[in-house]
Amino acid sequence: MEKVLLKNTENPNSADINEYKKVGGYQSLPKAFGMQPKEIIEEVKKSGLRGRGGAGFPAAMKWTFASADPKSPKYLLCNADEGEPGTFKDRQILEKNPHLLIEGMVISGYAIGTEYGFIYLRGEYPAAKDILNRAIKQAYDSGFLGDNILGKGVKFQLAVHQGAGAYICGEETALIESLEGDKGQPRIKPPFPVNVGVFAKPTVINNVETLSNLPYIIEVGGEVYSKIGSPECPGPKLYCVSGHVEKPGVYELPMGTTLREIIYTHCGGIKNGKKLKAVIPGGISTPVLPPDNIDCKMDFVNMPKHGSMLGSGAVIVMDETVCLVRVCYRALKFFEHESCGKCTPCREGTEWLRKILGRIENGEGAEGDIDLMLSVSSNMLGKTFCPLGDGAASVVQNFVRHFRPEFEEHVKNAKCRFK
Amino acid sequence: MFSEAAIKELEEIRQKYPSARAALLPAIYIAQKEFGWLSQDAYEAVANALGVPKAIARGVGTFYAMYKHKPLGRNIVQLCTNVSCMILGAERLVDFLKNKYGLEPGGTTPDGRFSLVIMECIGACGTAPAMLVNDDFYENLTEEYIEEILGKYK
Ligand SMILES: Cc1cc2nc3c(=O)[nH]c(=O)nc-3n(C[C@H](O)[C@H](O)[C@H](O)COP(=O)(O)O)c2cc1C
Ligand code: SF4
Ligand code: FES
Repeated sequence: MEKVLLKNTENPNSADINEYKKVGGYQSLPKAFGMQPKEIIEEVKKSGLRGRGGAGFPAAMKWTFASADPKSPKYLLCNADEGEPGTFKDRQILEKNPHLLIEGMVISGYAIGTEYGFIYLRGEYPAAKDILNRAIKQAYDSGFLGDNILGKGVKFQLAVHQGAGAYICGEETALIESLEGDKGQPRIKPPFPVNVGVFAKPTVINNVETLSNLPYIIEVGGEVYSKIGSPECPGPKLYCVSGHVEKPGVYELPMGTTLREIIYTHCGGIKNGKKLKAVIPGGISTPVLPPDNIDCKMDFVNMPKHGSMLGSGAVIVMDETVCLVRVCYRALKFFEHESCGKCTPCREGTEWLRKILGRIENGEGAEGDIDLMLSVSSNMLGKTFCPLGDGAASVVQNFVRHFRPEFEEHVKNAKCRFK
Repeated sequence: MFSEAAIKELEEIRQKYPSARAALLPAIYIAQKEFGWLSQDAYEAVANALGVPKAIARGVGTFYAMYKHKPLGRNIVQLCTNVSCMILGAERLVDFLKNKYGLEPGGTTPDGRFSLVIMECIGACGTAPAMLVNDDFYENLTEEYIEEILGKYK
């Protein structure tokens, strides 16, 4: 497959506007401006593009809702909070191909009918911040941003808003709160951001990778794009692989490549010839899979059929030397730390689960602790204000579902044999 | 009080937003840079500059992990111990920092040279274990490599 999102990124100067233009960059912009905004949304609909931030929501649908709302101004927000542990795909685009994102945002802004865009960038990416700001300045200087883009009278202002270390701000309504200068605590939906978003205006929020698909969709057309990868949710996909594989990294592959192919063909298999023990396929919030369940197609439609989710496409591979109780404990420590505290089941539940997991891992687990965890987590599921709490509960449930004997062994022997 | 340079920077940032309140996060960053950490005085400066109540500024600031609410060392070692880093040995590196430099998570060396902050994922999982020292990324860490890196920071 020809590279779309990581095109030219082996070039050390790929973030520079001239290098981007040399490989056809900013060529989709005039083409898009020659189309009616509705026609662009129609192309995106034909392309089948779904959001790459985790939920897989059809991009065209969001855009249609926002553009139909009469309130103005509207806003386009790029979600560059990339906080889901295991995820480092957006960083590739931000640091190596920032103009692709900027071009994608100008096209999206024009299609939706907005003049204002923000990139909400996580605070932990200082290098990306500098690179983005430089790229934005270059784009202004070259007339690709501003009050009269390409001399066509199209307006689009773009700025970076830096987060300050809160995973929950990746959730779209918490992101809005944070951009407005508040604590990042989720809002109740409805109203949805497409109608009442940032500064109470219609707002489209899309992930970095989602928006970066736009130049290519305009270049080749939605029809051609829709032939890449899985028919139900097509396109190129960035899979970021970490843990015990020979060649970890970010791989751009057709959507729907199987987990087995990603691990064994592209990443060179398990490091040092060890045995595969478990895989977290889509970032730490997605259900863990045992080794006999990796022939699944990594896309939004097929992963749920295998008991997990595509999430952010962040594959964490664990070999036989890993203690899964410890992994589960570390995950819950993360959720406890990142719980925004707004709702009780998540705020209290994550702490409680972390404590139980901690004592099991330390060889102090009591008879009944495993069932207690299942009970606590099922009291969280479906009862939390936003998906963070659900995610935390389902992490515990799935680790126990697939690897219960390892938890039982910790309790029975009153120690962890991996230490 | 903010310096003139800080006020100028804040005014420029303020222009990007439709309301002063939206400039609160960047303003707190500026205060952190100006004052080193976010003391009551720092929040006072933020509140005055934006016309936002001090209690609100502080309430918002304390929500976020990257705002520092106590004085820290000259160099901040931000080591990730989330799962991808943990399974590749990040916890051993925490022990190493403790044994070699007397650096505890959340703590500062007596000479004020380093503080250690344990991070959740910093987006370098493919080159784990990873850390940031101040604003610089370091990846594929080993004990020897950490020694070499920290030698550069005085
Ligand atoms: C706890 C939580 C964290 C999230 N973190 C991110 C994130 O870091 N980046 C992201 O793009 N989406 C994240 N999302 C998903 C967003 O809420 C939203 O669905 C997404 O940005 C929409 O863009 P898309 O349609 O292009 O995927 C998160 C959701 C939740 C519940
Ligand atoms: S589920 Fe957790 S993160 Fe989400 S609103 Fe409730 S407390 Fe906050
Ligand atoms: S888990 Fe350490 S950088 Fe992602």
